Amino acid sequence: MRPFAYERAVSAEDALNRHTDDAQYLGGGTNLVDLMRLGVATPARLVDVARLPYDRIEHRADGGLVIGAAVRNSDLAADLGVRDDHPLLAQAVLAGASGQIRNQATVGGNLLQRTRCPYFQDVTKPCNKREPGTGCPAVHGDNENMAILDPSPHCVATHPSDMAVALTALDARVRVRHSGGEDVVPLARLYRSPGDDPSRDTTLRPGDLITAVEVPGRLDMPARYRKVRERASFAFALVSAAVALDVADGTVRDCRIALGGVAHRPWRAHRAEDALRGRPATEASYRAAAEAELAAAEPLSGNAYKVTLAVNVITAALAGLGEDA
Amino acid sequence: MVSGSAPPVRANIVLTVNGSLRRLTVDTRASLLDALRETLGLTGAKKGCDHGQCGACTVLLDGRRANACLALAVAQDGSDVVTVEGLADGERLSPVQEAFLAHDGYQCGYCTPGQLCSATGVLREAARGWPSAVTADVASEPPLDDAEIRERMSGNLCRCGAYQGIVAAVREAAR
Repeated sequence: MRPFAYERAVSAEDALNRHTDDAQYLGGGTNLVDLMRLGVATPARLVDVARLPYDRIEHRADGGLVIGAAVRNSDLAADLGVRDDHPLLAQAVLAGASGQIRNQATVGGNLLQRTRCPYFQDVTKPCNKREPGTGCPAVHGDNENMAILDPSPHCVATHPSDMAVALTALDARVRVRHSGGEDVVPLARLYRSPGDDPSRDTTLRPGDLITAVEVPGRLDMPARYRKVRERASFAFALVSAAVALDVADGTVRDCRIALGGVAHRPWRAHRAEDALRGRPATEASYRAAAEAELAAAEPLSGNAYKVTLAVNVITAALAGLGEDA
Repeated sequence: MVSGSAPPVRANIVLTVNGSLRRLTVDTRASLLDALRETLGLTGAKKGCDHGQCGACTVLLDGRRANACLALAVAQDGSDVVTVEGLADGERLSPVQEAFLAHDGYQCGYCTPGQLCSATGVLREAARGWPSAVTADVASEPPLDDAEIRERMSGNLCRCGAYQGIVAAVREAAR
């Protein structure tokens, strides 16, 4: 591992001032420390932001949340208000990682964790995300767990976070501190498609600091996070779905559908949502909506199974909610 | 990966380890696991994968179970650490340790320090009413049944496959 300077920031302002071009912010370290050990990340300086005073969850009367970026994943999932008002979010956080890692990982770090693409994590292999211009061996290589929606010829990696999928369904936004002040950025604009610059996971600029996640008021419709993986626990998603469904008189009045494991970013399934609103609340409608979303899929040599899986996961998750509604 | 020509950076930190204040100088690159094992000579916590995937390095960090391999020692300055060496009260084993003995919750023993610390953390989390991924209603405070124990202990691998004994031990320690 490359030697690095370590500094503990005492405020957001202090963190911004300490950040340099060759620096990275350190949260819980559960991903970054591993990437440094693998040689994937080589910062000359770590600015520790895990102990900044952003470790609280603010609850609004309408169920809205302001989640500090330094809140630990386990504290978010254990919070009584989160469990009552946003069970979807608690479920998604609990679906990720292990009890140990959730105790260490921060909310800000969860959002900014890097892909677990095996080529990205192996410095002996080319990778456009790690080293722009070197190529993407996954396009024609080991691509069973790569993206099926919105891929690029330059990168087919997926975003690994479960929490971010739920937050995407919930229309969450992040507060971003930078030298010019503060921005509030919807998750839909935080994450980006790989395009011709897959080295950038997000639209953040160097030194930008996420200080909080804002979640709008409670959904007032049943919601559920459903995750399919290769073993029952402690594994990343093959496909996951955060769904919510509002049914009245047998008709879908409203719905939310977001997917994980299928794209470079947490994927909001707008086509499926549009296809489902106003339709009968039946399994046939759910499947048709899921198929409308996945019609745009561009599977690779080894991951066509994900198209079928995604359709089935969305359908089953919505059907499960429909029974409750 | 070549380390380059930059010299190592060292830092002075203070940890409370198993109840004793310890001052130590660490390379900023050192994990908490390496600091415990190499600097302090506490070799109970094990280095299995060194990637946070096996749980053999699990310790209690400020009262919560954590993977010591993923924690930079320098970032834990001021923290309280309990390792497997600190679970017993003198010669009196903790309830979790006693239960692992009674139920053969191990075979080769390599993962056992991490299992013991993790199980200790699981009991604390359950006592606080924390839900898990197998809790049907996350708003509820689930009883620690076998399915809950298996899910909550999934961050600790046992290559010998002593899981049946481990689940039985955690079940008993939870009573």
